[in-house]
Amino acid sequence: MNQPREQEVPPRLALAHISKSFPGVKANDDISLSVRPGEIHALLGENGAGKSTLVKIIYGVQQADEGTISWNGSPVSIPSPKAARRLGIGMVFQHFSLFDAMTVIENIALGLDEAVDREALKGQVAAILQSYSLPLDPEREVHTLSVGERQRIEIVRCLLQKPKLLIMDEPTSVLTPQEVERLFATLRQIAAEGCSILYISHKLSEIKALCDSATILRGGRVVATCDPKVETTRRMAELMIGAELRRIEHGRASGAGAVRLAVSGLSLPGAPPFGTDLREIAFEARAGEILGIAGVAGNGQAELLTALSGERPATAPDAIRLDGKPIGLEGAGARRTLGLSCVPEERNGHAAVPDFSLAENGILTARHRLPLAPHGIISRGAVRRFADGVIKLFDVRTTGSAAPARSLSGGNLQKFIMGREIGQQPAVLVVSQPTWGVDAGAAAAIRQELVDLAAKGSAVVVISQDLDELLELADRLCVINEGRLSTPRPVASLGIDEIGLMMGGIHGAGEQAEAAHA
Amino acid sequence: MLEWRRRREPSTPMLWLSPLIAIGLTMLAGMLVFTAMGYDGFHAVGSIFVTPFAEPQRWADIGVKAAPLVLIALGLAIGFRANVWNIGAEGQYVMGAIAGTGVALATYDMSGWWILPAMALAGILGGMAWAAIPALLRVKLQVSEILTSLMLTYVAVQFLFFLVRGPWKDPDGFNFPQTRMFTADQTLPTIMEGSLVHIGIPVALLLAVIAWLLMEKTTAGYAVKVVGLAPAAARHGGFSAARTTWATMLLSGGLAGLAGLFEAAGPFGQLTPQFPVGYGFTAIIVAFLGRLSPLGIIFGGLVLAGTYVGGEIAQSTVRLPQAATGLFQAMLLFMLLATDVLVRWRIVWKRRAA
Repeated sequence: MNQPREQEVPPRLALAHISKSFPGVKANDDISLSVRPGEIHALLGENGAGKSTLVKIIYGVQQADEGTISWNGSPVSIPSPKAARRLGIGMVFQHFSLFDAMTVIENIALGLDEAVDREALKGQVAAILQSYSLPLDPEREVHTLSVGERQRIEIVRCLLQKPKLLIMDEPTSVLTPQEVERLFATLRQIAAEGCSILYISHKLSEIKALCDSATILRGGRVVATCDPKVETTRRMAELMIGAELRRIEHGRASGAGAVRLAVSGLSLPGAPPFGTDLREIAFEARAGEILGIAGVAGNGQAELLTALSGERPATAPDAIRLDGKPIGLEGAGARRTLGLSCVPEERNGHAAVPDFSLAENGILTARHRLPLAPHGIISRGAVRRFADGVIKLFDVRTTGSAAPARSLSGGNLQKFIMGREIGQQPAVLVVSQPTWGVDAGAAAAIRQELVDLAAKGSAVVVISQDLDELLELADRLCVINEGRLSTPRPVASLGIDEIGLMMGGIHGAGEQAEAAHA
Repeated sequence: MLEWRRRREPSTPMLWLSPLIAIGLTMLAGMLVFTAMGYDGFHAVGSIFVTPFAEPQRWADIGVKAAPLVLIALGLAIGFRANVWNIGAEGQYVMGAIAGTGVALATYDMSGWWILPAMALAGILGGMAWAAIPALLRVKLQVSEILTSLMLTYVAVQFLFFLVRGPWKDPDGFNFPQTRMFTADQTLPTIMEGSLVHIGIPVALLLAVIAWLLMEKTTAGYAVKVVGLAPAAARHGGFSAARTTWATMLLSGGLAGLAGLFEAAGPFGQLTPQFPVGYGFTAIIVAFLGRLSPLGIIFGGLVLAGTYVGGEIAQSTVRLPQAATGLFQAMLLFMLLATDVLVRWRIVWKRRAA
């Protein structure tokens, strides 16, 4: 990708023995790494490994307790993001800071440190868009743009300052495969021109495809530095999680069973102001199968889940049938009693109450099917036994069922929530983003539970943005786009390009999703 | 120098200590303020916070004042736990008294054991009806119950004034703006000979225990807490926010109405323009001082009842104005809100780095 420089050239960025502590946790512990000019350097690690803290230190958002930062060979202090930008460090955050109601060019002008003449800025932006062949209309309002286009605004903002180091924080988490390809082409071009890139991700295939070297973090420490083009993804994954990766065992009954969940003609207006309308959703989930629903975030996934869970009942009883019984008008409690369990994407505050103990959180959704509160009187013993059982069976790492939900890590809380639902043996389990923000070890365990549940004769519906996860788990796959669901198709017959196009909203057409916007 | 540090976990000891710290700070600040104004600040604070509890002959008086405060605060606290902010308990208290008095006036020439229970029932229904208006507006139209319940308080008070000066004026009352005195069958029985200690006091205690059981042991109490803490999780768990709003509003209105009836059929024995003394507002302080916990509210009710009794003592001993009682009560609420910061933050002494 880039030409190896002579050894004399000092690294663009060198971190030596960086440590940073927060109350109760050492986020960064003696971290050293160096990035050469023009190098694409991966910072690899699970959630909580210390990646975010480290880049915040580099970008001047936080200060290290110990250690030194060198820039082009000389030690520097970076007290603020503004200082970082003056040095030539740019950062594209995972969450964009854009004003929806303003145009691209207005957003760019607002993000600059100094006031710049509007016409001059237009020229500069046009030049950047042209030289990196980035499809983006500077006069469009941001709310009309796709996520990939919004990300380009942030990239252009950085490039305007002619950075020497560009930090990309999990840039592909919301992109379609085609948008990812385009982003990678841009990043390669930027690197080829001599700008170093620090690329933060936990997606190994991307790092293999893009990066020249990788620093792997675990528990705040550097566990390895390697060449991702040489190292196997499996080895990198094991370094990242610090354990051997468990393979999912598919022991499922062959052939699809009876239809357990049938949805037809389900339409619901989205909740104002930003909800997505569900339009004529139709699918079936059969006993013993896992149905995957892919899609880019914000295309109606949350609305679909609340429509299925009963938090927002449908308008007709037979829009949703459970084992043939129309339940479209039933509420959440009644649906759960009948055997339809749902796990929403947001754990804290939706699937669980952060301030409640795990035992109390058990009551939230298990009281319908299990005798936890007969006649409205809570049975403390039964509640504690149920929670203890879930904790034991699903290997939830916690101090016990009296621990508040918020004290658990994301992965452990998710294991508890999944255990709470699976422990009730639902006829149908609908789960959104089952492993979002969950470490790889817990993710593998959760996926195995889903496979096992289906093998026992339940129907499982997995809504996820993680294509790899869906391809690993699902028997059939469909895509949700702008509130419409495509026809489910067997995973074996689908190519990743095809899924990507479906996610971009072009059903069955060979045309690039981008063409519609360019 | 002093520095604030965020606690990793909210402190449970501090949750219960902060009301005591707030009481201490209120006494200290009150002492300074009234000394600066030329009063005997030390004895003023002593009269208000210590004397009522130190002299056994005051205890009956404290109990009589604590009963309505505890009753009202119980309902408010349960609502507050569900994020239902009924600020208009004073109005529901007045409407409960009016409804109960309506029964009393209608049964003026009758006798029987059933009259008082009928009045109590009317009191509860009157309070509930008044609380139903903000509940309906919130559930159907998303109107803030804080505003509507507060505004309806003034409507209720004006309605009371209208009744005692007009249709309900005692025909044998020399044109004073007040209703007839209640008959023996319409008056709360006292439980101690020759005192004002009426049956409302044990009823308030009993209801506090029932409220505690409701909140801690039943799915209904669980629903209230979930709706307040995490509305989305409540929907997910199949709990209805609308139903919870209705239930908590009606409960707090009903309890305030019952407190109003007890006050009318107890210490007052009739309705007069002096009837609304602000118990409905003071009960908000009681609820928070008791940490929104039914058992804590008994403690909070006693403290605030003490300030009413002590305020009267201070009027005669150190010639404090009557308004001083309200001033101390308000100061207590402010101090409590301020010391609550300590639940999530702690103060550390840190030497300034060179």
